Amino acid sequence: MKFKLDKKDFENFLKDLMETYDLFAPVQLTEGVSVFKKIDKPEEVNLTQLVPQKSAKEVFFPQSETMFRYEMSENQSPIVSEQKIGRERVLLGARPCDIEAIFIVEKVFIGEDYTDVYFLEKRKKTTIITLACNHPLTTCFCSSTGGGPFRKDGSDLFMIDLGESYLVELLTEKGLAFSKNRFFKEAGSKEIRLVKELEEKAAKKTDSSIPVEGIEKRLDLMVESPFWDRIHEKCIGCGTCTFLCPTCHCFDITDEATNQKGERVRNWDSCLFPIYSLETSGHNPRPTGRERTRQRLMHKFNYYPKNFGRVACVGCGRCILYCPVQFDVREAILYTSSRRTEGRKGKFK
Amino acid sequence: MKNPYLPIPMILKKARIETSDRMLRTLELTFRHPEDEEKFRYVPGQFCELSALGKGEAPFGIASSPTEKGSLKFTINKAGLVTTELHRLEEGSEIGIRGPLGNGYPIDLFQGKNLVIIGGGFAFTTLRSLIAYFLHPENRARIKGITVIYGARMPGLLLYKEELLEWEKRDDLRLVTTVDWGDKDWKGKVGLVPNVLEEAAPSAEETYAVICGPPVMIKFTFPKLMALRFPNERIFTSLEKRMKCGIGKCGRCNIGHLYVCKDGPVFSYGQLEKLPKDY
Repeated sequence: MKFKLDKKDFENFLKDLMETYDLFAPVQLTEGVSVFKKIDKPEEVNLTQLVPQKSAKEVFFPQSETMFRYEMSENQSPIVSEQKIGRERVLLGARPCDIEAIFIVEKVFIGEDYTDVYFLEKRKKTTIITLACNHPLTTCFCSSTGGGPFRKDGSDLFMIDLGESYLVELLTEKGLAFSKNRFFKEAGSKEIRLVKELEEKAAKKTDSSIPVEGIEKRLDLMVESPFWDRIHEKCIGCGTCTFLCPTCHCFDITDEATNQKGERVRNWDSCLFPIYSLETSGHNPRPTGRERTRQRLMHKFNYYPKNFGRVACVGCGRCILYCPVQFDVREAILYTSSRRTEGRKGKFK
Repeated sequence: MKNPYLPIPMILKKARIETSDRMLRTLELTFRHPEDEEKFRYVPGQFCELSALGKGEAPFGIASSPTEKGSLKFTINKAGLVTTELHRLEEGSEIGIRGPLGNGYPIDLFQGKNLVIIGGGFAFTTLRSLIAYFLHPENRARIKGITVIYGARMPGLLLYKEELLEWEKRDDLRLVTTVDWGDKDWKGKVGLVPNVLEEAAPSAEETYAVICGPPVMIKFTFPKLMALRFPNERIFTSLEKRMKCGIGKCGRCNIGHLYVCKDGPVFSYGQLEKLPKDY
């Protein structure tokens, strides 16, 4: 089901939506810095930055989240879980790569044996309105990782920017709840044609040549490769790539408490930090950047695929865009392939 | 839906200091709610996350055996924030636990076979669970010979001393204890576990080996077992890693594509050989 939503109606559309849902969308915090957050006023929503620094995973898996609260008394400490969220949610304006990433994280969190109820609750109560990428960046390589700038999988509604209006497609039952929306107008053949044009143009812009296919098998043979000695050298272990990565999902659990009450909190963590794997005895199974860089890349391109059948990378390019020392994951992927020298030629500079 | 991050309340019924350096304390915990006890089914080698509210959570192997009903035992090495609190708590205090977690020892594989159990230091806890399990009258006939080789730095650092004395008296278990430095009362062996194993030379015929100890002990014990012709698939070890969630979500305890908390902590040497040496 396809509709047209005029941009002049967009703020009112959001206002309506916020009466029923908590709205999460990209907000520009300062020049060039956008994140996904809960919207208080419709005019806050800013869809201009293609990949906001922090991905949409925050909506389902916040950077810091209280798991439960407790009161400490003499001999009994009642625990109250914080797993329930209040209202239904809408996530609007995330790009296809971020949506694909949510499903990659979901496979870990909603497992067969144990279910992460905090993640599940937010997933169940969220309607996803994705925005297509008309102008992918030079760092985008989603079409190399199985995605694409107009990929609709996982979206409940799919929006395409047509200039003066958006084309909105309703894809699931959650999406069809919007079919009677008062701002949706019938989409004509002119709009449909324009979409096709935009899609073809966008597809040409993303890099589909990065040899991701078969990387799991290639890395099987590279566990002790000198490649890791070389590649970790420029990494300063800041962890930026892991925090901005939409598929990274490691967390730490800590207690924050006073004498009487406290809470157990989980916070994003990073395998690039030495303390992440440091044991109380002083032993660290990943003692240097070599092992830690290997862990980051092997997890995405070898360990995760072994467990779930696809790479844990969606080609959003955030780790390339925001790395302070220009570590380029595409170079690393190239190196594992028969095209290993291409990265060194400065293909991506 | 069950929230796997919520601890169930236990009561610290009894606590005792195990070792002469006072760094190891065994906690005996009973369930506050009978329905929690009903649901708690475990095998030797599994572990729990123990909560010291306000300080945090840490994983510990279960030292009691499922044949010992009514309570759970954990032996805690005082090393950090959580363990210091677990040493401080008085009898009657509430302690939260999550578990049982992990796979445990492959009890069914051992059926009808001999067992060589090799332990070092305070890693003896889940081995104690395994031994107590098979020494139980109902289970003793399920396996043939049991050889236990257990070492510590000094006699005072051996765990479960009274129980060791009882085991020594049994004729259906061969116990070899060893220390790095003995004292005037010490009647066991003096020497490192791998060397004592070599000397004791248990036959590998129809035999499984289970090792648990500090990494350095494990490292030197593997080659001795190889020399005794134990195949990789019949050597099991229980690994420790820094852990948080204990259920395969938080990420930190992986070795290759496996998680020590969920796919372990018990692995065969055959399995470990194929993985990166991230442990």
